[in-house]
Amino acid sequence: MSAPTYDLGKLHGGLRLDSHKQVSTAQPILEVPLPSHLILPLAQHVGEPAHPVVSIGEHVLKGQLIAQHEGSIGAPVHASSSGTVVAIEAWPIVRRLGDKAPCIVIETDGEDRARDVDEADVPYTAMRPEELAMRILEGGIVGLGGAVFPTAQKLMQAKTCQLDYLILNGVECEPYISCDDVLMREHACEVISGAQILLHVLSLDVCFIAVESDKPEALHALADAMTAAGDERLVLKQVPTIYPSGGEDQLVQLVTNREVPSGGLPSDIGCLVQNVGTAVAIHNWINNHEPLISRITTITGDGVRQPMNVRARIGTTVADMVAFAGGYTDVAKQLIIGGPMTGRSVTTDRVPVVKASNCILVLSATPSPGPEKPCIRCGDCAAVCPVQLLPQQLFWYACADDEKHLRSYGLTDCIECGCCDLVCPSHIPLTADFRKAKARFRELADEKARAERARKRFEARSERLAREQQEREAQLAAQKQAARKAGPAAIAEIMRRKKKDRD
Amino acid sequence: MEFERREAPYLAPTASVSSIMLQVLLALIPAALAHVWYFGPGFIFNFIIAAAFCVSGEALMMRARGREPALALSDYSALVTAALLAFALPSLTPWWVTATGALFAVVVAKHLYGGLGFNIFNPAMAGYVVILVAFPMHLNLWVAPRMGDIDYQYLSIFETLRYTLTGSLPDILTFDAVSRATPLDAMQSGLKNARTVAEIQTLPIMGDFGGRGWEWIGNFIAVGGFWLLIRKIIRWQIPVGVGLGLMLPAGIMYLVEPGSHPGPGFHLFSGATLLCAFFIATDPVSAATSPKGRLIYGFGIGFLIYAIRTWGAYADGVAFAVLIMNVAVPAIDYLTQPHIVGHYDGDEDPLEPANDGEAP
Repeated sequence: MSAPTYDLGKLHGGLRLDSHKQVSTAQPILEVPLPSHLILPLAQHVGEPAHPVVSIGEHVLKGQLIAQHEGSIGAPVHASSSGTVVAIEAWPIVRRLGDKAPCIVIETDGEDRARDVDEADVPYTAMRPEELAMRILEGGIVGLGGAVFPTAQKLMQAKTCQLDYLILNGVECEPYISCDDVLMREHACEVISGAQILLHVLSLDVCFIAVESDKPEALHALADAMTAAGDERLVLKQVPTIYPSGGEDQLVQLVTNREVPSGGLPSDIGCLVQNVGTAVAIHNWINNHEPLISRITTITGDGVRQPMNVRARIGTTVADMVAFAGGYTDVAKQLIIGGPMTGRSVTTDRVPVVKASNCILVLSATPSPGPEKPCIRCGDCAAVCPVQLLPQQLFWYACADDEKHLRSYGLTDCIECGCCDLVCPSHIPLTADFRKAKARFRELADEKARAERARKRFEARSERLAREQQEREAQLAAQKQAARKAGPAAIAEIMRRKKKDRD
Repeated sequence: MEFERREAPYLAPTASVSSIMLQVLLALIPAALAHVWYFGPGFIFNFIIAAAFCVSGEALMMRARGREPALALSDYSALVTAALLAFALPSLTPWWVTATGALFAVVVAKHLYGGLGFNIFNPAMAGYVVILVAFPMHLNLWVAPRMGDIDYQYLSIFETLRYTLTGSLPDILTFDAVSRATPLDAMQSGLKNARTVAEIQTLPIMGDFGGRGWEWIGNFIAVGGFWLLIRKIIRWQIPVGVGLGLMLPAGIMYLVEPGSHPGPGFHLFSGATLLCAFFIATDPVSAATSPKGRLIYGFGIGFLIYAIRTWGAYADGVAFAVLIMNVAVPAIDYLTQPHIVGHYDGDEDPLEPANDGEAP
């Protein structure tokens, strides 16, 4: 059981990138000291922002619920340490669009006092799967691989489908990032425990744990932990070290040789993917009553003095994190939250670490590739595209804003992995162009929806007017009919009355 | 601290158009040296003239189109066009012939279509065909390959240069004295005169497979081509397609009627076959882009080369074959779109995906 089995499927294209991971895996995970302030955004997940249940001036304890989830997709937020709520205000955060969002700011009191655990200590195996899913929701658990989809809702959605496999994603294919690697090395038992809880929620019997072949220490640690657990339901899978094998759909394809349908979810083909970090978070919540208030984050890049992996409280600012890692080097020019292929560049280090922050990457200025040249149709972009799109054709249609062809050539299937950008000899920012084209699609869809609403309103109004007209006519006809029935004397009587009314 | 805002991905690109074109030029150097060795220094003069007119033509056209000339010149694609044109021309070619081809290639075939990336036709081949139509007699002046046992009057560097600049030979020499039929010409006229392939191949200009000297240039072209394949500058589909498209019909016809049809080896090592397979047909701009499409595109070129050589009026058909297939590229690309991951045909089962399906 301890020997990893290899994957079944094959990924099209992809890139072998310099990993740059060793610099941050040299030392064990370190704990970032408690900062003076914690900034906790209300929206750290996909879906509706949570709504605050604490007020300014209130004292909160570590692990206390401070914002309740809202809507059908959402997750609650918990205080990551004890202290006083000093503000609920807009603060710079990491997002692709817009720079500020509402956050709860806590001034820590340094005591780091935890809340009293009031949940009864019931073993999870005694709970019904639905109950367990509700518990996971209360822990504020979201996907820690980067997509931050609320885990409970993902599980509930998947349970409506015919599932075959749970896949734990420990691939972490993007360069520089190593937080999942060190997590698997140091917390392999917790990964296994989290996987078992997930299997219970999903009532499943097979869990593949997928790890990239360039992480031998993690593979060993997991294999040992699996032997110790003696759980036959868990299978360790080694996937090739190629970017982007850790993309959700790509991993499903690698491990099961099934293709996630366009516009669909892995659950449509019987798979559910969870990040290994999420599994550990679930274990910590269900078995130790510790909600998601901290995570492991990689601080790395040539702009950081001592690259390392740390356990940080959610809400610690990037500035505090980098200061802990020895501060910036003189060459630091770019700050990226996430990896160098898909991460988001931010202009200020005042942004807080959130549940999604797997990596803080500080890089020197990348040399300018020179002016963008025309596409020479070399097709290298198509050769590396993991979805087998034809980026050169998409680029052409994106320039022409040709929605029909963009759709038929699969723009919406683009996973924005950035492979085509890297190999393009003409240095065309393809991924950025595709992102823009997709945003344009959404705009068009919004416009269409607005137009549709206006049309419906207009139609309803016309219908109402027509109906009223009809009713009036019917009334009139009925009156006439009644008058005719009553005879000429009655008509003369009515006319006289009307005349009198007029006078 | 404040930082620059950029868009993902943040890693530096791994390739550039300039480096691709430079590597193509590098890969041509062995064959160029062989060309000079066997057919004299004329190749160098042709290349210099072609390069001068390609580069200045490109600069002028960029100006005329209101763009910075350096933007286009820095990609070296004009030099690649010049090099391919120089390979296609006989070593004795007057400068105005070369200049006409070079200017047509860059000004009309390339920049009037929108410049690099937008040209439908391979510029070098378009330029060559204009020469073929406008100056057909100048393309017959191939000197004999320099082989010890071939009885032949060699031209000095000075005499070659004089011919390139003035179009005239020293008074004591005639065209007949310096020029020899190319192996393809010899084969075509020989067959027309009812001689057998075996007889024709006993001519002194013929070598093991194709023409003497030509074979060796072909070998060096293949060396450069394989280097480009290893460097992943070109992909295998087009060279293999051209080879199959030419050698399959050649092989079949040779088996049926060896007396009147030269074998696949002759076709492969004659004329511009290898240059076409590795350097001309692989021009990405005017070629098909999908892997399957490239195989079809290459096969079409190979087959057309065979058809033109065998049943056409011209001894070699590379330029026409390439231009004809250039026209077919949009259709090939449309019909060979790869299967997009996650897209299923109507009755296909998502749990049993076909990995190599094709768009309808």
